[in-house]
Amino acid sequence: MASYTVAYEKSKSFFEAYERKAELQHQTHYCPGCGHGIVHKLIANAIDELGIQDRTILITPVGCSVFAYYYFDTGNIQSAHGRAAAVATAVKRARPDSIVLSYQGDGDLAAIGSAEILHAANRGEGITVIFINNAIYGMTGGQVAPTTLLGQKTTTTPFGRSEWNEGYPLKVAELLASLEAPVYIERVGLGNNKQIMQAGRAVRRAIENQVRGLGFSLVEVLSPCPTIWKLDPVDAQRRVREEMPKTFPLGVFRDRTKEAAARPRPPAPPPIAEIPRILSVANGLPRTKAESQRSTIQVDLRVKIAGFGGQGVLMLGEVLAEAGLDAGLEVSWLPSYGPEMRSGTSNCHVRLASRPIDSPLVSRPNALLALNEPSLDKFLTSVEAGGWVLYNGAALPDGCARADVHTISENFTQLADELGDSRAGNMVMLGALLEATGMLSGDSIRTALERLVKSQRWLEIDRQALGRGREVARRGGFHAS
Amino acid sequence: MSHDRSKPDRGRVELNSEECKGCGLCVEACPPKVLRLAGHLNRYGYHPVTCFTHGCTGCGICFFVCPEPGAIIVLRATALEAETLYA
Repeated sequence: MASYTVAYEKSKSFFEAYERKAELQHQTHYCPGCGHGIVHKLIANAIDELGIQDRTILITPVGCSVFAYYYFDTGNIQSAHGRAAAVATAVKRARPDSIVLSYQGDGDLAAIGSAEILHAANRGEGITVIFINNAIYGMTGGQVAPTTLLGQKTTTTPFGRSEWNEGYPLKVAELLASLEAPVYIERVGLGNNKQIMQAGRAVRRAIENQVRGLGFSLVEVLSPCPTIWKLDPVDAQRRVREEMPKTFPLGVFRDRTKEAAARPRPPAPPPIAEIPRILSVANGLPRTKAESQRSTIQVDLRVKIAGFGGQGVLMLGEVLAEAGLDAGLEVSWLPSYGPEMRSGTSNCHVRLASRPIDSPLVSRPNALLALNEPSLDKFLTSVEAGGWVLYNGAALPDGCARADVHTISENFTQLADELGDSRAGNMVMLGALLEATGMLSGDSIRTALERLVKSQRWLEIDRQALGRGREVARRGGFHAS
Repeated sequence: MSHDRSKPDRGRVELNSEECKGCGLCVEACPPKVLRLAGHLNRYGYHPVTCFTHGCTGCGICFFVCPEPGAIIVLRATALEAETLYA
């Protein structure tokens, strides 16, 4: 009787049972004949052979292989659509000794993630990218991909891809090989045994490069999608072998593994004690001097500040939040950027509270600082009864009066202009709010200003502006005891 | 394919018929053609692969073309015995 020993079996880098799956924990979720399973096995074998299972981190994409973390008994991070190469960059830089593998399909890498992969490759990040190209969107049901072949029918190219309508198939390996930094780029296929064994060697090499500390390596794998291609697995494999290489030739497009020097390790981060100096807060991080106050005074200030871009909306909020930090409060500052940066309307949400803040979004403010009329129109009704409304205008416009809120209406911009710069209107307004509500100490505001305003000239203008605002509030009879 | 049935096979495959999805890639790839899809269905509705005849060489090609991590285990006759068997 002959005795036998195991030559090939399930890799140790796979979980024994796929307990992260809800059901069918003994098999993958991939369709019969899918290329993902084959490439998973090639990767797992390479991890086994290189002995790196405990330091491998697999970055998975969006697409059918989104669930690769069901199977690999390694570190796993599932990233936002297309961002795997960016996530891999961060992981590799933060943990230079880890082996970081970015596993991405063609919808993920070549469409939504085309910017991320291009720049990761161009920076020569020391990561390994396994790029599965099946020339179609699989998970979502067969839409055209950047890599779809000319003439190929998909749900969104029912008459076949046309170079005039959808452009030419994107050749990722060739494209990235035009960059200076990548160390190794090869395109392989899963079209037959021979191709699969070559794919295995390429995958292993791309991972080994990283173990050796070399830079960016990418393997593009032409892979079958029998279900979406509507072919049986053997015919799909034939298509990979006979059709796809006409558009996507197999081969090595970049190989500098022999001459490439190991990528320098990122510099060690500075010691924690140095960080205040680096951030120019050498006088110390915000103190919590109001520990004792916190238990007695309950603060829950929800401020919405709105105006035109350039009026200092965000800055006003920042000073308020910084002063709150100094006072030992919980704070949040949520700016609304976007096209508003270019002179549209702009707003920011600030919360100061003695308890932890649940959401930085202020939808029901108890203080509204409206720096222009549209902002007042927009947000006045949202102010809580008993709250404060400060409006940057000599008088409230018609139809904007509310009897159940405190209102200070004043041309704050004009007052600032008299002090020398109309841009300080935001600080005049802040001064009025502080005086009227008495919510933060003058010390905290001064500390905040000194942290945020670097120019001595502006610091002086802002101090005067705050004082002017306080006067306005007092003159209007608003003065917190 | 000619095969001397008086000698034990150089290789052997253990097939997990519950993990197999019946894609048939291994059947297509097997050099000595010892695999085929079974006539019956497994619990999940696939015709699982079976090894129906002698002649497995233990080459491992079926293992690499199979998309499932653990559906196929390939074994080889131990070197010593292989020597005596094929001397």
